[in-house]
Amino acid sequence: MQQHRNHSNYWAFLVHRISGLVLAVFLPVHMLVLGLAIEDATRFDGFIEWTENPLVKLAETGLIILLAAHLTGGLRVLALEFLPWHDWQKTVIAITGGISLAIGLVFLLNAS
Amino acid sequence: MSPKQESLIWIAQRGSAMVLIIGLIVHLGAIIAAVQGGISAAEISGRMNGHTGWFVFYLCFLVAVSIHAPIGLRSILIEVTSLPNRSVGLISLLLAVMILAPGLRAIFGLYGVEW
Repeated sequence: MQQHRNHSNYWAFLVHRISGLVLAVFLPVHMLVLGLAIEDATRFDGFIEWTENPLVKLAETGLIILLAAHLTGGLRVLALEFLPWHDWQKTVIAITGGISLAIGLVFLLNAS
Repeated sequence: MSPKQESLIWIAQRGSAMVLIIGLIVHLGAIIAAVQGGISAAEISGRMNGHTGWFVFYLCFLVAVSIHAPIGLRSILIEVTSLPNRSVGLISLLLAVMILAPGLRAIFGLYGVEW
């Protein structure tokens, strides 16, 4: 592995980029499905029934983790840009990962 | 893009991010609360219909994400593709419309405004 990639800040950057891209693709679909709730409640509820499928539930949990990771990773970016550098900011990367996984787990436990 | 325009885009990206931080914390909380009883069209309508607080919240949230996601996509396209600036701009604008238009329709519809 190239030296510059073996660094927690590189991984934080990569997670932020990939999560952002996945969420950007998901958003138009999310809005269209929400529109179904007004347009055709039966079809919407049929769609929600499909999401009860364990694999879909797992995918949803993945999305929640990506959302939380993008949120906490974004806080990290803002801290880097707007606050003076402190060494604890490196530790924050691990904390953002932990918080994201925890939020995903809370979702999964409540959804199943 | 002139340096001034690039600065404005940077400010829009960071400004929308700050709105989204608050929005996402509320949104994640609402998701976890909503899935406990199971989601349905009736449940979402019941939560949104006529509730001006939620309506204003989701409107701000939607506008912020419609600014934030396309600018993020733009940065990625500029960095990893060699597409001309014009195409990058058009793709980003398309994403903004694809989020904003159905999003507005859903929010207004769920609040109870007839189109």
